[in-house]
Amino acid sequence: MKGILLAVVLFIATIGLLVIGTLSPIPTAVYYAGGKSLTRASSTPQDAVENLAVQIRQRSFGDAYGSLANRAEFTEPEFVQDLTGNTLSLRTFATLEDFETQPLHESADDAEMLLKLHWSTVVGPYETTRDLHVVRNGDRWAVDWPLVKAPHVPPQVIPVNYLRWDVIYSGAGDDWGAQDVQAPRIRIVDMRPVNRAEGVVVMGELLNEDIVPAFVGVRATLLSKSGSPIASEGAFDMISHTLLPKQVTPFLIRFPNVDLSQVGSIRMGPISVLVSASADPVVEIENQKYNLDPEASLTGQLSNQSGQTVNIAHVLSTFYDKNGQLVWVAGQYVDRALPPQTPVDFSVQVPEDLAKQISSERTIVATYSSGNSL
Amino acid sequence: MTLPQTVTAGSAFSVPTSGSGPAVLYIVGPDQALRRDVQLGNPVSIAAGDLYNAGEYLAIIVAGSSSSSGELEVTPAPHPDTLSFLATPSRVPVGLHNGINGAVYVFDAYHNLIVTPMPVSFELSGSSGPSQARTITTSHGVAWTEIDSASKQGSAKFIAQAGGIATTRVIDEVPGDPCGLTISAQPDGAKLRVQTALVRDCSGNPIPDGTIVTFTENYNGAQTTADVPIKKDIAQIDMPAYSGATISVASGVVAGNEIRWGGGR
Repeated sequence: MKGILLAVVLFIATIGLLVIGTLSPIPTAVYYAGGKSLTRASSTPQDAVENLAVQIRQRSFGDAYGSLANRAEFTEPEFVQDLTGNTLSLRTFATLEDFETQPLHESADDAEMLLKLHWSTVVGPYETTRDLHVVRNGDRWAVDWPLVKAPHVPPQVIPVNYLRWDVIYSGAGDDWGAQDVQAPRIRIVDMRPVNRAEGVVVMGELLNEDIVPAFVGVRATLLSKSGSPIASEGAFDMISHTLLPKQVTPFLIRFPNVDLSQVGSIRMGPISVLVSASADPVVEIENQKYNLDPEASLTGQLSNQSGQTVNIAHVLSTFYDKNGQLVWVAGQYVDRALPPQTPVDFSVQVPEDLAKQISSERTIVATYSSGNSL
Repeated sequence: MTLPQTVTAGSAFSVPTSGSGPAVLYIVGPDQALRRDVQLGNPVSIAAGDLYNAGEYLAIIVAGSSSSSGELEVTPAPHPDTLSFLATPSRVPVGLHNGINGAVYVFDAYHNLIVTPMPVSFELSGSSGPSQARTITTSHGVAWTEIDSASKQGSAKFIAQAGGIATTRVIDEVPGDPCGLTISAQPDGAKLRVQTALVRDCSGNPIPDGTIVTFTENYNGAQTTADVPIKKDIAQIDMPAYSGATISVASGVVAGNEIRWGGGR
């Protein structure tokens, strides 16, 4: 009897929810059912900016471009390139996860709005911020998009004749004891564990002492006071994996939910493998400035000295106190590609509680160029 | 059945038998087993190359329901045929005491380790300087040695020789860390061209191309850095030309000099 009653109640509830969903659907459901878009009438500056952000998130770049007040100033491809990059870069495959809007100023005919776009990529999230001028056009508001034009590199020939290393290993048919090429000699030249709120962080610097390039990695194992292993982690992408001769990379290894008081010792396991590599490109890191306000960060520009576009650049910075002791290691992927000879801004954030200890820094750039496996 | 106590690996031998009638001889040992149909009273011939793995063997002869057995030791051939020569590292910095290791395993023609003591000569000869040679007697089939690397860079031949068999390995003797790293600067348009002097190690060997040299310019609280590979014995980079800027250089853990750019100098 109770079972029949429960079935009747569930049937009635299902019918009721279907009726509510049909008569008053949420906008997202309408969009995914092929109905009208998630945008609404741009009757306020806030609505106009939010509509634009929604269209960007849906990758409806045509609609987004069509809604702009200043679209006569640039073409739709230029607008799309501003959002996704004009060459392969992190932006190309980034997805807009979320956005925030913040009114800065508003009058009867125009307004200033801040738009923060939260993108997600395979290497983690990044954020871009745009100051938007919004103008009234009749009973609707539209955004003046502040287009950042991609720098144009003039046609030219840039001779590049840096060294490249290739490796021939011993073959499967070689006898035991036959000669092989040795793995590169590497050395950890600095290492320091610190206790953070999120867990233990082991950081340091690794040097390629050899005369050949090395593919490197570092693994750390935390041992308890009795010598039993607590956890073992690798540096993953918080290291520059390809090290040219005499090059130094910082590394940072996170151990979430472990307290340093539990740790008796740390076993470090650097690894190196001989790899084919190229000494090109050279990236100069210009105008590095350490800022305490408004957020503790290291800012500067990356200048690609070669003739080949660098698609992905990963900035890794090591921060030291006034005694030269390691304080922190931080990294940041640059969302734009690095065209030849053209500076591109970067910013590396530093934890606020460590900011005042920092006296100097050292920065390197790990690069990836499409079409170049080295 | 009368078995020889020892037999050299790969050699021919015979096993005399007594009695009459058919029988079967089994010889079982490390990684090898032989079966021979025999007529008792006649010797059993084992041909050259039939029994080749060194070690202890068990021989059993079975005739009907009766059998007898004995033990046989197969020893490695006395003359080396192959030297497995492990020479490490393949690259070694110049001037390193006992920096090169060589270990030789002596095998006969059937890949049996020859455990009887045997002299092995090692010789390291580079492109410059005298060669280094020494002779080591094998112990349990192995001879090993350590040799200093030369003070000049280049490819060195590391030769091990025993019983007329020689094996060669090539060791790259490579420069050490840069020594006396110095830079100079001169204006180059709106930029400053900073370059090192010839980069050499403390023995005067040129540091290989591709080695990274780090330039750092500090000016008014801002810093510019670049990791630049050496090309044709020098490293150079164009940096911002700020009057009063200080520029320093380093390679790995070796720091070089620091210069102050005064505007036109």
